[in-house]
Amino acid sequence: MSPIEQLEEITAEDMKIPGVADVVRESVTHHKPHGSDPVSDQTMILNMGPQHPSTHGVLRLVVELDGETVISLAPDIGYLHTGIEKTCEAKFYAQVTPMTDRIDYLCPMTNNTAYALAVEKLLELEIPERAQYIRVLFNELTRIQSHLVWLGTHAMDIGALTVFLYCFREREALLRIFEGVSGQRMMTSFVRIGGVSLELPSGLIGEIRAFLKDFPSKIAEYEGLLNGNPIWQSRLKGVGILSAEDAVALGVTGPPMRASGIDFDVRRDMPYSGYEKFKFDVPVSTGNDVWARYIVRMQEMRESVRICQQALDGMPDGRITADAPKIILPDREQMKTQMESLIHHFKIVTEGFAVPAGEATSSVEAPHGMMNYYVVSDGTAKPYRVHMRNADFANLQALETMCKGRQIADVVAVIGSIDVVLGAIDR
Amino acid sequence: MTDPITNPATPEACFGKEAVALALADHAAVQGLADYIVDAKWDRKELTLTVAPENIVAACKAAQGAGYNFFEDVTAVDWYPAEPRFQLSYSLLSHKLKQRIRVVARLNEGQSIVSITAVWPSANFYEREVFDLFGVPFTGHPNLTRIMMPENWEGHPLRKDYPVEGYR
Repeated sequence: MSPIEQLEEITAEDMKIPGVADVVRESVTHHKPHGSDPVSDQTMILNMGPQHPSTHGVLRLVVELDGETVISLAPDIGYLHTGIEKTCEAKFYAQVTPMTDRIDYLCPMTNNTAYALAVEKLLELEIPERAQYIRVLFNELTRIQSHLVWLGTHAMDIGALTVFLYCFREREALLRIFEGVSGQRMMTSFVRIGGVSLELPSGLIGEIRAFLKDFPSKIAEYEGLLNGNPIWQSRLKGVGILSAEDAVALGVTGPPMRASGIDFDVRRDMPYSGYEKFKFDVPVSTGNDVWARYIVRMQEMRESVRICQQALDGMPDGRITADAPKIILPDREQMKTQMESLIHHFKIVTEGFAVPAGEATSSVEAPHGMMNYYVVSDGTAKPYRVHMRNADFANLQALETMCKGRQIADVVAVIGSIDVVLGAIDR
Repeated sequence: MTDPITNPATPEACFGKEAVALALADHAAVQGLADYIVDAKWDRKELTLTVAPENIVAACKAAQGAGYNFFEDVTAVDWYPAEPRFQLSYSLLSHKLKQRIRVVARLNEGQSIVSITAVWPSANFYEREVFDLFGVPFTGHPNLTRIMMPENWEGHPLRKDYPVEGYR
């Protein structure tokens, strides 16, 4: 029988491909939004993501709609799960630092700091003041950098494409500064256990000062592009309401929490790394909506500039690492000339360093909210358990509350306003 | 340290009056939880309170009443092959007192614990994560399904008897 004759024998039944309804029904039985009724004729299940441009990564949302109104919404995460917590358990303490960069890849310095603080607590290390100031300086520059990515992508989601290019222009200057200090633009691994990895190169302070001098006018430029724009206003104001009670109940932290009227900032209220020496205001708003979160973050960038300037002005001289030769790699020069240093270098590289048994939590105010590192040691050179609490993971739980009863188009604005990074959520 | 499950004791019996006095000077509000504490640890200026697993919801309610209004996270530590195997660490924060406590419950394998989503709805994702990666079941959880791993995944990756690389 020729191939053409064979074709004729294929009936319409054979050609049937699963219809859209079948696929949706299958999807719903696997990922039924919590608390929703079975699919009826009135509601529609919409699968948003994981490859949706507004989800900032690979976030899948299963949205139940009545017309265009959101009835329920269930985030489906885990597409970026790489098992970083498990991998940490097989590494020496120092080897975990580069992995922390990759968790929340928009604020590597903040992740490094949080991890270093937890291990330093276990080791009971004293960090020199200069290293603390450098940490504060780069934590705040990271905050500006992260907020710039947020502003650019948030505005782009809403439809204001120009802002994105302006934001990334300034971000480029910041990434050059990061490259100047650590050799890397994004995965910096700059803040290490016991201090920071390198002394600031000559000329970099001038570069940072020039950026800080210029930057407030750039913030005014963004606001000039957005604040008076009627489309921007109507897409943001009154959208994604989250009350203060809901924010606490749902574990929301960071700018979304402060935009709901809760005045809490880890930097000010539970200071770490010498933040108590800096003067800054914590922007709080009681607007509870996407607009309030926008205002809070813009104000935070201005405050970060203030902190950076204070850090540059008050930066003391001295060591950039703690005086702990058995934990911190020796100076290259010393390692080649002194026997003791060579032994320490060899031991740290080949065996790591043992950390006293115990558990410690560190908490820092990351650009996205409260970031906690929980490190458990069993007295060996490898961490027994490392757990990261990223603000994004908890903030995502509040998405349904903020979107319920609103239009499907508002979901995009609300996702932008909580500033999710899926690397931090899935770990 | 005394075994908190077989030998419940007051914090004083476990750590001496001095340590407890130091901890209480810093964390006066935890006296609200006194009925549920079977063990306490004051280490590196962090207060860890162990409660019996069946009392976890009551302890969380008491902590909430004592001013620890914000639930940060819950995670587990697998002490395999020691018994009890799992240590659940609940991290609670007080916005007003500006301090945090760690509430710990210890479970054997196969033992379940009551979900605290009724006290703090924010525990939802965190409990799902512990269930997914450690296999600790939470009773009364509204939607206890895997969150990181695929639905059809076998095993719980963060358990210590699950290899980091190679075949399971």
